[in-house]
Amino acid sequence: MNWFRNKDTLYGFLVILPSLVLLGIFVYGFIFQTFYTSLTDWGRDPAQALSANPQIRFIGLENYRELFTGFVDARFRQDLVNTFFFTVFFILGCLSLGLGLAIVLDRSPKGEGFFRTIFLFPMSLSFIVTGTIWRWMLQPQGGVNQLPTLVGLPRGEFAWLTSREQIWQVSWNDLPFITALVVSAVLVFIAIAAFRGGERRRGYIASGSAALLLLWALTLGRSLQPLPFDELHGFNLAFIGIILAAVWQMSGYTMALYLAGLRGIPEELREAARVDGASEWQLYQRIIFPLLAPITLSAMIILGHISLKIFDLIFAMAGADNAPTDVPALLMYLTTFRANQIAKGAAIGMILLLLVAAVIVPYLYSQLKSEVRR
Amino acid sequence: MRKLFFALVTAALGSLALAQSGKLEIFSWWAGDEGPALQALIDLYKKRYPNVEVINATVTGGSGVNARAVLKTRMLGGDPPDSFQVHAGQELTGTWVVADRMEDLTPLFNQEGWMNRFPKGLIDLISYKGKIYSVPVNIHRSNVMWYVPAKLREWGVQPPKTWAEFLTVCQTLKSKGLEAPLALGENWTQQHLWESVALGVLGANDYSNLWNGKLRFNDPKVVAVWNTFGRVLDCANKDASGLSWQQAVDRVLEGQAAFNIMGDWAAGYMTTTKGLKPGEGFGWAPSPGTAGVFMMLSDSFGLPKGVKNRTNVLNWLRLVGSKEGQDAFNPLKGSIAARTDSDPSKYNAYLQSAMRDWKSNRIVGSLVHGAVAPESFMSQFGTVMEIYLSSRNAQAAANAAQAIATQVRLGQ
Repeated sequence: MNWFRNKDTLYGFLVILPSLVLLGIFVYGFIFQTFYTSLTDWGRDPAQALSANPQIRFIGLENYRELFTGFVDARFRQDLVNTFFFTVFFILGCLSLGLGLAIVLDRSPKGEGFFRTIFLFPMSLSFIVTGTIWRWMLQPQGGVNQLPTLVGLPRGEFAWLTSREQIWQVSWNDLPFITALVVSAVLVFIAIAAFRGGERRRGYIASGSAALLLLWALTLGRSLQPLPFDELHGFNLAFIGIILAAVWQMSGYTMALYLAGLRGIPEELREAARVDGASEWQLYQRIIFPLLAPITLSAMIILGHISLKIFDLIFAMAGADNAPTDVPALLMYLTTFRANQIAKGAAIGMILLLLVAAVIVPYLYSQLKSEVRR
Repeated sequence: MRKLFFALVTAALGSLALAQSGKLEIFSWWAGDEGPALQALIDLYKKRYPNVEVINATVTGGSGVNARAVLKTRMLGGDPPDSFQVHAGQELTGTWVVADRMEDLTPLFNQEGWMNRFPKGLIDLISYKGKIYSVPVNIHRSNVMWYVPAKLREWGVQPPKTWAEFLTVCQTLKSKGLEAPLALGENWTQQHLWESVALGVLGANDYSNLWNGKLRFNDPKVVAVWNTFGRVLDCANKDASGLSWQQAVDRVLEGQAAFNIMGDWAAGYMTTTKGLKPGEGFGWAPSPGTAGVFMMLSDSFGLPKGVKNRTNVLNWLRLVGSKEGQDAFNPLKGSIAARTDSDPSKYNAYLQSAMRDWKSNRIVGSLVHGAVAPESFMSQFGTVMEIYLSSRNAQAAANAAQAIATQVRLGQ
């Protein structure tokens, strides 16, 4: 028993044992239970949904199939599209605003500490408070819509959170094709980077898979139709309000991250660049932005998983029933606790978990790998 | 034999003693404006059973949207409240009775002589396979159209009697410069409007047949409901989703709209909060095409299986169903008693007219407020509404509704 040869190892193990057990039960145990529930028919038979000892049957991936291709689950598909657009605009907004603010503050203007605190404050609010404040400001009759009247312009007419306008519509049936195109574009990009870096094997694998995927997309992919009819999904303009509020809250935090990164860049590097005759723009482009890349990645991960899980902000701003601003987390709540479709709610939960995992796991993996290298 | 007798006497004494003490937890969503009505009932209970500690467990959120989620986690976790508020009808039977979680209350109804005190239509609604499972405490009416009589005189129109008439009146008002003659609020009030349109277009028989499975949702008659609904929506304000039902009522009172279709809690809002006199400050009529039909919803209390203080709960239910209890609760709540023998002098002019209709009209149940369809259908009906509002395709909405009805085995 190598394990117990060293007393310290034993003590160490004993010390972390309680948290291992608790994590095992309350995190991984329940994830597994949710996964199992999502493979059952719990909730399909109303007599069993809430009985004391429900009899539930295993039905495999039926719940998932219905969510992605079922006639009545169009709302779930629109929610996925909503989450996609929300995530993209939320991350872009936070990163650009945060970086901008950080660069301004990094130049040590007068009252830097004051402004830093002001920009950081929204982060200390809970999403419920933010949501309530913005709900008032985005009322169609008041708040933001009244702003133009201050300068003599007519009142704004946009319905913000309840607008039903939708742009960039795409049929759900085209999604496999579009996804394949995007993924192969990414693969081509990786291949080019690999060839440039001299990693030939990696380059061949990436370009090979890109070609295969493209071939599939252009031949069989077009005929893969999840739905028997065209169902249009797009970006709900009602989300603009939500994005505004979320960016308002989280850009201060992104600014703090970037500011820490900027302060971590040694002054010598900047001076050396200036001595070499770099203009201010070149300084940022060639020295500072590349050094901030790891911070951008961390910020993207943190913001990305917030946006995928978002629930409380939208619940407070628009309520759970406002379909134009619906997201999967809200739908999970409605499906489970209002419609008693417990298994389907669990399936939505698992899809959310997979989405977040797709963001987090590669990040953790790369972090762990770099730690080992060190 | 003597031993058995002795044991029985001890048990009887024991239960008597228990009836006088212990706890009673009442789970409801009556907070805020509705709190005093519940408190009046609890005060009555305390007067009768002073040693029982009453725990008033309320979870706020209109129409019980949050309370129901909490209730479900408590029931699944094996911690049922002693008695909980639930909309009478399918919200109770479709969720809790079919899951075998409730006790049969038929003996209580016989014992208290309630079978003749509650209308038969209501008893049918709270029964499942011939047994009764809850005690209704109040009745609200869903199919009411509200207006301001003085404003209608000013515009020179009468409250419309059918939906066809309504659409004509709507055009008249639009030509007089009223942008949105019908005031409409957030999501659920749109579904509320739908059930009134459905009842008006289909009539009471076909409306009831929707819920027992005899009339399919993709039947041409029901597709026609969606078409009418779409034309009615064209008369409504465009910013509906951003308004609460109170704000929608305000539009009518301020003269920005002529009509609003809302349950009769709107009367409570207009009399209590706005201080208006029923019949003068505001007027009402059955929603178009539904004269002689009373679309009801009702709050009720039941007895979950496995509660700790069963005797206390039965005493509570006796109070809830009694004339005294209902007449203490309802004038404060702004609803009418479910019993037909309550004292009209305690109620205001609107409620008195509702009481007359309650005794004479044909009774049907509300969809949105949990009476006629199980939660699994009602909650997904929001998706159907979404499909209609985003596509304005009556056939697509009708097909979706039928798909959901099939999926949740509506009416079986």
